[in-house]
Amino acid sequence: MKTPLIFDASVKGRGAAALPASGVPEPAALPANMTRRNEAILPELSELDVVRHFTNLSRKNFSVDTHFYPLGSCTMKYNIKSCERAAAMPGFNDLHPFYTYLPGGSQEVSGALEMIYDFERILSEICGMDGFTCQPMAGAHGEYAGIRMIEAYHKAKGNNKKYVIVPDTSHGTNPASAAMAGYEVITIPSLPDGSMDIDALKSAITSEAAAIMMTCPNTLGLFETGVREISEIAHSHDALMYYDGANLNAILGKVRPGDIGFDVVHINVHKTFGTPHGGGGPGAGPVGVKSVLLPYLPLPKIVKGADGSFSVITDDADSIGKMAPFFGNFGVLVKAYTYTLLLGKEGLIDVAEKAVLNANYIMEKLKPYYDLPYDRRCMHECVFSASAQGKHGVSALDIAKFLIDREIHPPTVYFPLIVKEAMMVEPTETESKETIDGFIGIMIEAARLAETDPAILKNSPVHASIGRPDETKAARQIDVKMNCGL
Amino acid sequence: MRNSYTPHTEQDVKSMLDTIGVGSIEELFSPIPRELRVKSFNLAPGLSEFDALNKMQSLSARNNTQDVQFMGGGFYDHFIPATADALASRGDFYTAYTPYQPEASQGTLQALYEYQTSVCNLFGMDVSNASLYDGGTALAEAVLMAFRATRNRDTVLIDANVNPLYRDIVKSYLSPLGFKIKEIASNDYQLNRKELISAIDEQVASVVLQNPNFFGTVDDYTDIADASHSKGALMILSAYPLSLGLLKSPGEMNADIATAEGQSLGLPLSFGGPYLGILTANEKYIRSMPGRIVGRTVDKDGNDAFVLTLQPREQHIRREKATSNICSNQGLCALRALIYMSLIGRGGLKELSKTIYDKTQYAKKALAGIKSLKIPETPCFNEFVIELPGDAGQFRDALSKKGISAGIPLGTFYPAMKNRLLVAVTEKRTREEIDALAAAIREAVL
Repeated sequence: MKTPLIFDASVKGRGAAALPASGVPEPAALPANMTRRNEAILPELSELDVVRHFTNLSRKNFSVDTHFYPLGSCTMKYNIKSCERAAAMPGFNDLHPFYTYLPGGSQEVSGALEMIYDFERILSEICGMDGFTCQPMAGAHGEYAGIRMIEAYHKAKGNNKKYVIVPDTSHGTNPASAAMAGYEVITIPSLPDGSMDIDALKSAITSEAAAIMMTCPNTLGLFETGVREISEIAHSHDALMYYDGANLNAILGKVRPGDIGFDVVHINVHKTFGTPHGGGGPGAGPVGVKSVLLPYLPLPKIVKGADGSFSVITDDADSIGKMAPFFGNFGVLVKAYTYTLLLGKEGLIDVAEKAVLNANYIMEKLKPYYDLPYDRRCMHECVFSASAQGKHGVSALDIAKFLIDREIHPPTVYFPLIVKEAMMVEPTETESKETIDGFIGIMIEAARLAETDPAILKNSPVHASIGRPDETKAARQIDVKMNCGL
Repeated sequence: MRNSYTPHTEQDVKSMLDTIGVGSIEELFSPIPRELRVKSFNLAPGLSEFDALNKMQSLSARNNTQDVQFMGGGFYDHFIPATADALASRGDFYTAYTPYQPEASQGTLQALYEYQTSVCNLFGMDVSNASLYDGGTALAEAVLMAFRATRNRDTVLIDANVNPLYRDIVKSYLSPLGFKIKEIASNDYQLNRKELISAIDEQVASVVLQNPNFFGTVDDYTDIADASHSKGALMILSAYPLSLGLLKSPGEMNADIATAEGQSLGLPLSFGGPYLGILTANEKYIRSMPGRIVGRTVDKDGNDAFVLTLQPREQHIRREKATSNICSNQGLCALRALIYMSLIGRGGLKELSKTIYDKTQYAKKALAGIKSLKIPETPCFNEFVIELPGDAGQFRDALSKKGISAGIPLGTFYPAMKNRLLVAVTEKRTREEIDALAAAIREAVL
């Protein structure tokens, strides 16, 4: 059913929330040139109208709370409710951030500082790093902060560095983050088995390489077994190793980036530590570094004194400066920290084990029905190709849309870019065998329909709130807001 | 106690391992060479939900959220309607992902389209993206966007009255790229117009201003927009959303890009985040914009449908040539802001802006009555500076003992302003609380 746009549902003069009264004498007005001429048009609805509008919109979403969501690389695991409760505690939720910059302000926020400090310590142990910052507000923001620290390191050493190396399986954010830090980007191809081509790396790398950015396991869900050699090659050119933590959830308690040669790591807390994705955010992207990079951590940073008290450093000439005004997305960090408390050592190891178990089970069960371009033991996700179904005119997109009709969120499609008709499945550890078997059954049904009745796939979805949208029209006839009569 | 939130029974594990054809879960990790395995994983055991929440409760209790809050500095203690919390806590919103599959995400997509519409109306601008991280990074992204949009220019002019935290973030973002930043020194809490206008030349990509500025001063920058445009530069204006029920909008001043910290639109202070980066612009710059944008189109049956659009600007398509590395937005925060704007509504916004303005003027007047205080005459909206007869930090500490957080001592950011305090008022501050602030300051300065 169509939910009218909120401005279409508005009735002039209607209103919702009752506001606190002014209760003070009428002051002198501002000079006329400083005040608004044309009133801002906002919706006009009763509180019940607003509640119905958004409740109805919410029901047009697939979400982890309502649907299986095997969106590869995005790690749609269950978001533990008690983490939400922790973040909503008034002592966190209502805390003004400016205490950060007050002389003596640390004492007013000692609980918050201790939490961040302890989280940084836990993350350092999980990743095998020497220090962490919680400032970055998303994974890509963490990449940027990490590359900036690498840049500061090279600058301090007088190194002449011009480019950053990424594999062709990398997330788009890696080259984009490197470019924002002023670096050129060199892309290294993958071998037929899905791992980085080390010979190609050897011939590409020179003393002008600032860093190699890798995801491990990579975006094919495969562990880069040559990572030690790659890091030795990098370090022999004084290039640093950057670990994109998008897939850290697969190796918790099994491998630590810091033990295998990485100098910088960012974590997507929504992937590894189960914070909700919020329909696109907010996330948080803490960054860990080895000791050589500690001087460059962004500001402000928290230190623990000999007496156990916490204080904030707001000024430091070596630091790359501020990436965020305070300590990043604090409310998200509270949830991630609570998650680590709840799971503890054994629980975190269990995360990796069950995620890998679920993914390998799906890979094994669907192998007879879909091409598996990299037929190796996978980690937490597996990448199929719909190219066999292509013979019947069916694409990965058609299968994705069919899944929507069957009330399952589609896998990531068309990524990684090196796999034709890619379908990247990541079940996560929180899904049960029954849910996964249900998904497998529907995927098998899709494969059969591709042979017997492809039109069903090509015409889906038919049960969703809309049919397939015309994306070309969206890009050509740009309509990014309603005309509200202005 | 085992507490891992994984549902597998022993039987499940066994039958799945049988299917895979391995004898143990450990075998699944066999592709990882032995020598690469963890050297240490020294973490505490998991806690029960009860124990974990108790620990969080005790940490949260050690933070001062009790004082009556007069600190602002761009982050304000506003009232949040219960409805905003209830709706934004719906699992179908907050446990969804970025809306890559439009047929499974119309709720999020339509809401973001409505967010874009509301924000454009509020700021008087043509187009908005679907949000960025926060007000500071939104300003930095706006400065980068202006360099892209103007091409071959290398300088940005920034008014020193812009929030110092934001100026620091802009500096951080620009430092590796070879662009120049020229700061225009403050002139008694106001823009030094003469100096700014004479500094605008053909190398200037953008001029960055804030309204009300960090010191609370309200201004009309239409003349600066004209001066910028005459040299081909863009004007970027950072604004405070809840002032826009009363103050001239960025669009009415002919700003080319307007940014904001959206925290005041129904987001909790939460010690600095998650917040909401608002970025709006003149339509002609839409293809230089960073971040996600939602567009309206039709589905195959001709019905309204909402999708992520103009994606070729973005990193997952353009990689190193993208307009930004941004991958996420602050989807849930944008949703919250939309819900808040819908609840406050058109009439409520005007009323709320007026209430904040009235209470602030009342506070200013009450404090101006104290003999040894000096308060500048510059027009203000929700925040103003008071000049004390001694160290502002010490006055603040004295008032904190009485349960009043009196404001932000400015010496941290402006060493010459050691004796000055920045005082902010929201609709939550009652006349009695303001009177108590005045009484406490009167007592402290004696």
